[in-house]
Amino acid sequence: MKIGVFVCHCGSNIAGTVDVAKVAEEARKLPDVAFASDTMYACSEPGQDGIIEAIKEHNLDGVVVASCTPRMHEPTFRRTVERAGLNKYMFEMANIREHVSWIGKDKEANTRKAIDLVAMAAAKLTNDRGLTAKSFEINKRVMVIGGGVAGIQAALDCADGGLEVILVEKTSSIGGKMSKLDKTFPTVDCSSCILGPKMVDIAQHPNITLYAHAEVDDIQGYVGNYEITVNKKATYVDWEACTGCGVCTEKCPSKKSKDVFNEEIGFTTAINIPFPQAIPKKATIDPDFCRKLTSGKCGVCEKICPTKAIQFEQQDEKVAESVGAIIVATGYDLFDYTRYGEYGGGRYADVITSLQYERLLSASGPTGGHIKRPSDGKEPKNVVFIQCVGSRDKSVGRPYCSGFCCMYTAKQAILTKDHLPESQSYVFYMDIRAPGKMYDEFTRRAMEEYGTRYVRGRVSMIYPMGDKLIVRGADTLMGTQVEVEADLVVLAVGAEAAKGAPQLAEKLRISYDSYGFYMESHPKLRPVETNTAGVYLAGSCQGPKDIPQSVGQGSAAASKVLTLFSKDQLESDPQISEVNIKRCVGCGKCIETCPFGAIEEMDFRGEKKAKVIETICQGCGICTSTCPQGAIQLQHFTDNQILAEVNVLCQQTLQQSFE
Amino acid sequence: MSSSLTYAYYPGCSGLGTSIEYDQSTRAICAALGIELVDIPDWSCCGSTPAHTVDHTLSAALSARNIAQAEELDVQGIITPCPSCLTNLKTASHRMEDPEFKEKVNKLLDKPAENRLPIMSVLQVISEKVGPEGVAKKVVSSLEGLRVAPYYGCIMNRPPDVMDFDDCENPVAMDELMAALGADVAPFPLKVECCGASFGVARKDIVAKLSGKLLDAAEDVEAHAMVTACPLCQMNLDLRQDQINSANGSTHDMPVFYYTQLIGKALGLDAKSLQMDKLCVPPAKAFRKMEEARRANAS
Repeated sequence: MKIGVFVCHCGSNIAGTVDVAKVAEEARKLPDVAFASDTMYACSEPGQDGIIEAIKEHNLDGVVVASCTPRMHEPTFRRTVERAGLNKYMFEMANIREHVSWIGKDKEANTRKAIDLVAMAAAKLTNDRGLTAKSFEINKRVMVIGGGVAGIQAALDCADGGLEVILVEKTSSIGGKMSKLDKTFPTVDCSSCILGPKMVDIAQHPNITLYAHAEVDDIQGYVGNYEITVNKKATYVDWEACTGCGVCTEKCPSKKSKDVFNEEIGFTTAINIPFPQAIPKKATIDPDFCRKLTSGKCGVCEKICPTKAIQFEQQDEKVAESVGAIIVATGYDLFDYTRYGEYGGGRYADVITSLQYERLLSASGPTGGHIKRPSDGKEPKNVVFIQCVGSRDKSVGRPYCSGFCCMYTAKQAILTKDHLPESQSYVFYMDIRAPGKMYDEFTRRAMEEYGTRYVRGRVSMIYPMGDKLIVRGADTLMGTQVEVEADLVVLAVGAEAAKGAPQLAEKLRISYDSYGFYMESHPKLRPVETNTAGVYLAGSCQGPKDIPQSVGQGSAAASKVLTLFSKDQLESDPQISEVNIKRCVGCGKCIETCPFGAIEEMDFRGEKKAKVIETICQGCGICTSTCPQGAIQLQHFTDNQILAEVNVLCQQTLQQSFE
Repeated sequence: MSSSLTYAYYPGCSGLGTSIEYDQSTRAICAALGIELVDIPDWSCCGSTPAHTVDHTLSAALSARNIAQAEELDVQGIITPCPSCLTNLKTASHRMEDPEFKEKVNKLLDKPAENRLPIMSVLQVISEKVGPEGVAKKVVSSLEGLRVAPYYGCIMNRPPDVMDFDDCENPVAMDELMAALGADVAPFPLKVECCGASFGVARKDIVAKLSGKLLDAAEDVEAHAMVTACPLCQMNLDLRQDQINSANGSTHDMPVFYYTQLIGKALGLDAKSLQMDKLCVPPAKAFRKMEEARRANAS
């Protein structure tokens, strides 16, 4: 066998702490290596051309590239060797960047380790054989999880592209956080007026099936062929029959249900439609507060409903859906502001969150768009906004910037002046972060045209005095303490990962960071993909985002799905398990351990044998380490291939032990 | 062990002088609540505020000596009524969890401190070991009608990871005890604010401003009296109330009790052991208001 080895400098990334020329020189001494060289950027066009030339010139059978992570460039180099006429699995990669040059500064030790890794890759390559991918059909339907603005955009783009879309939303209406906003920055246009039509489009689009008040229960399968179970939670109302007339909500005697849409400022009825523009506009019963469901008495809604839609006995319902791709757009939650004891949130009625304030500003909110403070319903004169509540604060475990709070605070300060011209707003801030288009101009307008007083410094404490709240903080520009007598305090709460995000990630088999935000495949170049093929991200589930970013990502994820579905067939990965029928004794241990259910029992000339279902196998290799006979082998990672790597690494030690 | 609740007691210097009524009432109620106090033999000053501004090791050694003395007793822990003494004891103990620091401290002592006893305030022991229910059971003369503003001071609960007691922004231990006595507990917003404490001698204007604010807030929540757990806080609010009034142009006339005195009163202990007569602002009118409120409630 003739092997070619290419050691990449990766600029100074590798060459800075690894003697790449030495690595190539040592590689040349390895058995079967016919050619070895170092190259500045192996992944560049001249780099790849060099590999192709060498393959042809030296008549190589396989190639080792020692460079960066295979996650990024293994497909690149596989295509390269394929272009030179080799099977693309006659290629091995040694990761001498993440595994060597980036983790140590000792050049000599690094070089030694790089030489070892190259030797291992070459040894494995001598045991490799060409593999051929098979093709399989794609189910060209897509599921979008989460009906906020990112999910809505993704669903509409996919549907307009001709795909069948299933949109699953946890709450009883789509719209997400955006539907709760009064206005948007920096244009100050009505949030529900720009989102509303899109929500209606979802309801009316012939290609979109909407499951509201539903959650994803279970996900099986692989790219092109996912099997998903959706749990439609009981609403106790037959949504087919319900017309959304709202008569039931007027007559319901139980008025203590949490008003989730209005951020729990005030209460709502046990049977309710969350807001006037809700999609679907259907009633839902809150079983915790419904008198009929809790005590068996009442049933007013049932008597009054003109379409007889009330179904007190309704149960959760499971629906099975098959799709080829999934877009995750599950959004974010707000930081629990009661954790800042010094601000008194939760203790003092007039210390509220920014989203609660947004509901007070909104014409469809609990006060009809009049700013009234919760304690006594009076109009506030001095309104104090406090930024970075649960952002950029290591002490509460939220060291990251939530990104949009500076902007929505400026917007709320402007709107406050519009609603109450006599009022004075104060904003306590750390820095102003307004990097978007027209964003900085907008915050300046809040200061210069609307007279909002920006105080740079943190607030140390808020306490009530009479019917005022005294806000004490530092003005770090003046170098002094300041106290403001406020009538209302609005905490600009930061964003955190949605509750249950890690659990959904486990079901989707995608990664998430230490805060629970989903991880993209590559932070720069694959921002909406995940490391699981066929699963894409949109919106704030990946990190806090404002509306334009979320919409942009929703469209990007949709275009990725359309690209994926532009082919009729996908190639399956041939790196899957294969059973050696002669060796298999039919013990069935592999069937028990396979986490994907990819192995089944079959009858082979009257004997029990294991059989791999090729499209389901994920190539994890658990079966191969379980099989007592060594009969089931993961292609491209067979026992012999791995032992060859171990042997070459242990050779020196072996020799020493026999001396 | 003679009793289930036996503690080494550290009265602190102020307990023998400026706040003798705190020390005496503490001893009286502990006896009544079944907490046995054994004075730490030959205890010395904890170093108070000055020591730790000079040298952390020396400062810790002052407290470590007291800890070592207490370790000779058959007790469950060390307790003190004074938050400032408590801070010094707990900080020294906390720092000595680092073996290197512990060694440096022990080098300065004749007898090394093992640092094994838990250290608590008397307030923590009463609120956690006896509990508001335990106290309520022993009440013979309810404080119903007395509206009190509990004031904890800035160091009883801070820094939270050292003091490890109650909520550092909104503590409730004294509130719960007062409620157990039948008192009407006002939602006092400045529970953990500084009274000006250490500036008492050097900058009276600062004390007048900060303590004045506390009195204003207590007035604002219509309290008949304030309740404290710190000798320095009590002194600033009570002894200096006239100074504060003349500096701020206010007319406060607010009795400032130690919480131990009010517990003692509700438990029916005699006036001598509670030493109400040591308070500068006469407490009688608070009790008069209490009676008025009771009558108003009854009618």
